[in-house]
Amino acid sequence: MVDKPILKKADFESDQAVRWCPGCGDYAILAQTQKIFPEITTEKEKVVFISGIGCSSRFPYYMNTYGFHTIHGRAPTVASGLKISNPDLSVWLVTGDGDGFSIGGNHLIHLLRRNIDLNVMLFNNRIYGLTKGQYSPTSEQGKVTYSTPMGSLDYPFNPTKLALGAKGAFVAKTIDRDLKHLQSMIKRSSEHKGTSFIEIYQNCNIFNDGAFSELTDKETKSDRVLKVEHGEPMIFGKESNKGIHLDGTKPQVVTIGDKYSIDDILVHDETDAFIADMLSNFTASDTFPEPLGVLYCVERPTYDDMMVDQMNEAKKNTKGPKSVNDLLNAGDTWEVK
Amino acid sequence: MAKNVSNKTIDNVTIRFAGDSGDGMQLSGGRFTQTSAVVGNDLSTLPDFPAEIRAPAGSLAGVSSFQIHFSSQEIHTPGEKPDVLVAMNPAALKVHLKDLVPGGTLIVNKNAFTKKNLTLAGYEDDPTEDGSLVDYYSTHFIEMGKLVTNACEGIDIPSKMVDRTKNLCALGVLFWMYDRPLKPTIDWLNQKFKSKPDIVEANVRALNAGYNYGDTAEIFTTRYIVEKAKLPKGKYRNMNGTLASCLGILTASEKSNLDITFAGYPITPASNILHTLSNWKKFGIKTYQAEDEIAGIGAALGASYGGSLGITASSGPGIALKSEFLGLAVMTELPLVIINVQRGGPSTGLPTKTEQSDLFQAVYGRNGEAPIPVIAPKTPGDCYYATYEACRLAVKYMTPIMVLSDGYLANGSEPWLIPDPSKLDEFNVEFAKEIKNEKFLPYKRDKKTLARNWAIPGTVGLEHRIGGLEKQDVTGNVNYDSDNHEKMVEIRAQKVANIANELPKTKIFGEKNGDVLILSWGSSHGACRAATESLLSEKLKVGHVSINWISPLPKDLGKILENYKKVLIPEVNTGQFRQIIRAEFLIDAIGLNEVQGKPLGSSKIEEKVKDLING
Repeated sequence: MVDKPILKKADFESDQAVRWCPGCGDYAILAQTQKIFPEITTEKEKVVFISGIGCSSRFPYYMNTYGFHTIHGRAPTVASGLKISNPDLSVWLVTGDGDGFSIGGNHLIHLLRRNIDLNVMLFNNRIYGLTKGQYSPTSEQGKVTYSTPMGSLDYPFNPTKLALGAKGAFVAKTIDRDLKHLQSMIKRSSEHKGTSFIEIYQNCNIFNDGAFSELTDKETKSDRVLKVEHGEPMIFGKESNKGIHLDGTKPQVVTIGDKYSIDDILVHDETDAFIADMLSNFTASDTFPEPLGVLYCVERPTYDDMMVDQMNEAKKNTKGPKSVNDLLNAGDTWEVK
Repeated sequence: MAKNVSNKTIDNVTIRFAGDSGDGMQLSGGRFTQTSAVVGNDLSTLPDFPAEIRAPAGSLAGVSSFQIHFSSQEIHTPGEKPDVLVAMNPAALKVHLKDLVPGGTLIVNKNAFTKKNLTLAGYEDDPTEDGSLVDYYSTHFIEMGKLVTNACEGIDIPSKMVDRTKNLCALGVLFWMYDRPLKPTIDWLNQKFKSKPDIVEANVRALNAGYNYGDTAEIFTTRYIVEKAKLPKGKYRNMNGTLASCLGILTASEKSNLDITFAGYPITPASNILHTLSNWKKFGIKTYQAEDEIAGIGAALGASYGGSLGITASSGPGIALKSEFLGLAVMTELPLVIINVQRGGPSTGLPTKTEQSDLFQAVYGRNGEAPIPVIAPKTPGDCYYATYEACRLAVKYMTPIMVLSDGYLANGSEPWLIPDPSKLDEFNVEFAKEIKNEKFLPYKRDKKTLARNWAIPGTVGLEHRIGGLEKQDVTGNVNYDSDNHEKMVEIRAQKVANIANELPKTKIFGEKNGDVLILSWGSSHGACRAATESLLSEKLKVGHVSINWISPLPKDLGKILENYKKVLIPEVNTGQFRQIIRAEFLIDAIGLNEVQGKPLGSSKIEEKVKDLING
């Protein structure tokens, strides 16, 4: 609505004291969300934040919008029901790597597959924080934690690959320390119609400190992070002279200079599922930089829209019973006098 | 009529159709039921089928049956031992013959008694040949396979399809025996197979073949007349529990103007609720097949949070999965209706059989102090009223409510006096209204009901946060204070208890005081009522109280219990309601318990009451 005044960051701050550990990456994510939301909407009464259980899931208490802190892993179910019943709302789902991928993995993949118009912010710190430091489904194999003193045995999920595999139509990745990028990803996801999935690397400074330091430290980040943008060549590195080149179907990291020019560098196309898949594979590799940005974004009819269409279609049918009274009196009836 | 046939008028009959799961016994039973309803009998039915969709043909495990009890008087149960058994194959005979009353009528499809089928059923000798049946029962061996093959000659359909019309042939024989019209069935066939005239023709011919067989075969010498039942005046239809629940939901939607979102996951025997409601989109009912049971209730709760009425349905194992969300609904004080169509447990148990063993699960099955109201319908038609009340009170009291139905009610049917929805209690809904420059208090309560506000997203000024953590009284903020927690536990319990103020005075059937009170809940109503009627006719000092509300219990129940020397509680579990009553009222209630996957019979209740009276 154009009439409504532009809101300020403060309008999105609730009166509840924020209770994450000092130094937690969640503070940055909360602040950037509150900062960017005035650009996203002027109708905060239509915004609902829904979460499960875990450190990240305390998020709704701190947003001065509608909020529902549900139960472990199940936020997607509540959010789905809410959006279906009331498609007019802007529904945001905040979850973590334990909440979203372990106990709630089933719901998350079905949400992505259905493409209900929701925004998922998955805080990935690769650890269980609220229960004090057990390994999570995104922890690296061999992780030594309270529950795995000799190292964890399971292989981790690759979140963006999982999201793409579940038919996610908007898959992005960002990181808590890169404030502008974080904001822009939240904004982009708000503009996408359908389930949008942002994986946010988030540092747990108590139980898994430095999990992403390679991607944030001044010394290393330029060489380890590849920021992808639609229509732009995939260039990275301190000197901005490294890039992704396709050798046949195989990606490789090359240096722009003698052998390769900028024209040899692959240009990102976020509508290309093959490129998205390739980028998602970079996550688990030592060879490739970590891709941040919108890996994949296509428009696909949403479940909620199609449901509205079916409801309207059904209502057009004027034949047959029109009310519960008609239904009650349908079929074989007889009078007892 | 070519032969000598005598007509005999009788009060009531119980017929059981039994055959292989592929034999169409549910259809035969359903059509006989519909026709008996239309001719004005009172009736009660009990379908019984295997959990396997297609158990091996001819095997004992694959036997499916349908029992109907119909009468010229008011009846309350589907009957115990059948007077007539239709056995479409050896396995059906083997499984069901032990139930047939001595001297009862046995109708057998002779063509199915092949060597292979006899072996599958475990018969060494053919019982239709060795004379073992004719001495004990009024037997009719009919070559139904041959009858339908001859009848369908000239119709261009595969012989397999012809053979599948046997069930209509058997139905035709019974229609002749009980003097019922064929027209409702023929009309129904025309409607059902509209686009397949050959199939209609084959089935109609099979039906007529059976009817004509009765009419001409010398062995049938008597037709039985069961007159119309003297039911209260009004317009009737046949009603099963599933449809009744769905109509209750739609009535709630129309009277409240609330949108309904039904979210569920397929499970026997609750799936038909999802199927039925999915066809009612034109009435504004949204249905959502979730990825699992948890997601079903989660989506329903999300819908309620958004201002629709969220409803889910399941059965025991599914309810177990939903229980954490029930706790969240208790904590966030949102309306939610959960229909539990009980089946045999524990675990996967007996999916297609009925039981009343989820009572504790319904009343207590959550972590923490998490009381919810529980209402149990008594008859298939009563599912309509129970579901409507659950919807209405869930909103009025801002609470999850469980409707505790069961497989017997859901699949069983009865003639039903069609209600007038305008005569039901009003169902008004008020959402919290927009506010400005004022702090919204989500946990401020209505003084009378203790219900909190229903504040839905989209309303300006009401932005607030809820969740599963303990709430501060009034503000709804997260709060871990010990006194506040205790107070909130008490408030939540009191709110459920307040529903007792809505309940009508408890009705006592029979003696208002005396030797024995039969106290029943839910679907045991029918057997208990039938037993009480019989005991009263013998001038015994017996009363029957039939409970809908298990949580909260009616306020006047305690006083009523005091007026009898003994209280008997028959139920299809090992005594769950009895434990509740003993704990609540400190009385030495006596149980009558059967856990056999089927509803109680009335004769055992009668015997038990007599034992109690005689000491």
